[in-house]
Amino acid sequence: MTADTPPRSAAPQGTPRDTWSRPPFIANPALRWAVYLGAILYFGWVGVTMPIDWGRVAEGLGRAANIFGGAIPPSFERSGLLIDGFLESLKIAILATVGGVLLSIPIAFMAARNIAPLPVFYLGRAIIIVARSFHPVIVAIIFVKAVGFGPFAGVLTLIVYSIGFVAKMLAERIEEIDYGQVEAMRAAGAPYLSTLVYAIFPQIMPRQIGLSIYQLDSNLRASAVVGIVGAGGIGATLANAFGRYDYDFAFAITIVIVGVILVSEGVSGQIRKRIQ
Amino acid sequence: MLKITDLVKRYGSGDPVLKNLDLMIEGESVVSIIGSSGAGKSTLLRCINRLVEPTSGSIELNGTELTHLRGRALRTARRKIGMVFQGFNLVDRLTVMENVQSGRLGYISTWAALSRSYPKADIRRAFELMERVGIAHYADTRADQLSGGERQRVGVVRALMQEPEILLADEPTASLDPKTSEQIMGLLRDLARELKLPVLINIHNVTEAKEYTDRIVGMRYGRIIFDDQPAALDKAAMDEIYSGSPHADRSDPLKEAS
Repeated sequence: MTADTPPRSAAPQGTPRDTWSRPPFIANPALRWAVYLGAILYFGWVGVTMPIDWGRVAEGLGRAANIFGGAIPPSFERSGLLIDGFLESLKIAILATVGGVLLSIPIAFMAARNIAPLPVFYLGRAIIIVARSFHPVIVAIIFVKAVGFGPFAGVLTLIVYSIGFVAKMLAERIEEIDYGQVEAMRAAGAPYLSTLVYAIFPQIMPRQIGLSIYQLDSNLRASAVVGIVGAGGIGATLANAFGRYDYDFAFAITIVIVGVILVSEGVSGQIRKRIQ
Repeated sequence: MLKITDLVKRYGSGDPVLKNLDLMIEGESVVSIIGSSGAGKSTLLRCINRLVEPTSGSIELNGTELTHLRGRALRTARRKIGMVFQGFNLVDRLTVMENVQSGRLGYISTWAALSRSYPKADIRRAFELMERVGIAHYADTRADQLSGGERQRVGVVRALMQEPEILLADEPTASLDPKTSEQIMGLLRDLARELKLPVLINIHNVTEAKEYTDRIVGMRYGRIIFDDQPAALDKAAMDEIYSGSPHADRSDPLKEAS
């Protein structure tokens, strides 16, 4: 036994070892305690220095009570507006999902290390990283500036949002494929596209369908958020209701949003379960 | 005729996996390659259809030099080289017919492949071959529904659909049970006779190699050290092929010289 073996394992020869403890997360004790202590100090410092004005919190409680008081009971009087808003959101979500998924497929192939040559791979990854790095609300603000208020800005926003998610997940699936099938096609002298169609598409198809359905569901949720900054759909209706202090109508919209998202989650979950 | 001359394959900067290897296969003989894991059997086979790039040397199939082909010329040459894999490498989610027709992908357009509009002659040939190996009734079945032996039959038919001039089989029976394994070996031997096709089989099972093939090539660490009729493969030859460890073989210069 060498000198640097820790003492706890240096049991005398012949005595069976019957104690064992899990190796610590960070082996060096000094570093370990420094990390723990540092984390505690940082959180303490953040808590102490955060500018929280308790007076304003107290005032805010009153205002919140006002809003909720005005919101109850919810008003479904203008249900025509509500339905129009939702139909627009649904259109935005469907268009964005179709467009986003169609664009995601080639980008995913570009971003799969086992398929694409290195420069193409970097380009594909770069597109995905850019699409992922901005929250849909920020993207929506840019598109609203670019193409004006309304659902078109919403569609463009959610296309970017869809690419960020679908292309990334699909690229990861492509990287996990059984390469033997590709090898078999190459050995038969198949051209590049035929190889993709026969050896890769069948392998990624279930994931592709699952992702599309998930993304439709996700886009419907996001369309409510991006509407608030002017990109159309139910979010725009909600923002207007707040702007006019119609808290009862706003509450009605919120209830319906929650209901629709519950339903769409249930439906998409069922469909995804069926196709696995 | 397949003629391999002075073939070298080196991965990275290490010791070569294939060391100045020469091999000639004439006529319609069934040749088996035996040797322990790491001897370079699989690399040799994959160099022939260029799934692995040879480092240097020459591989000639019926007068065509294969080692420098690129793009379309390489694909055209690959059409004439059928390959059967250890793990079958079928597309699980496609039907048996689609898998069989994927052997024709080098001949038909991507559009025809995508829309599954296969030429009549190809469909006829597919049914004939599937009939021959006993899987015609599975034409519409998804490939992952089949048993191992049936899957390898699909693999064989897919390779034969290419109308190959040579068939390579990379441990075609290693994933199969002993009985199925013998059936597949018998099938390969019979098809070779019927189609007048040279067949090159990597195999671990020496008994099967002796029974089903006309000639045995023994490899040890990148070199061919035995090449003769199955009857000539005696205990001494076997010991020589399967003895030693890769490490000792590669690091000991005296053994290399012997």
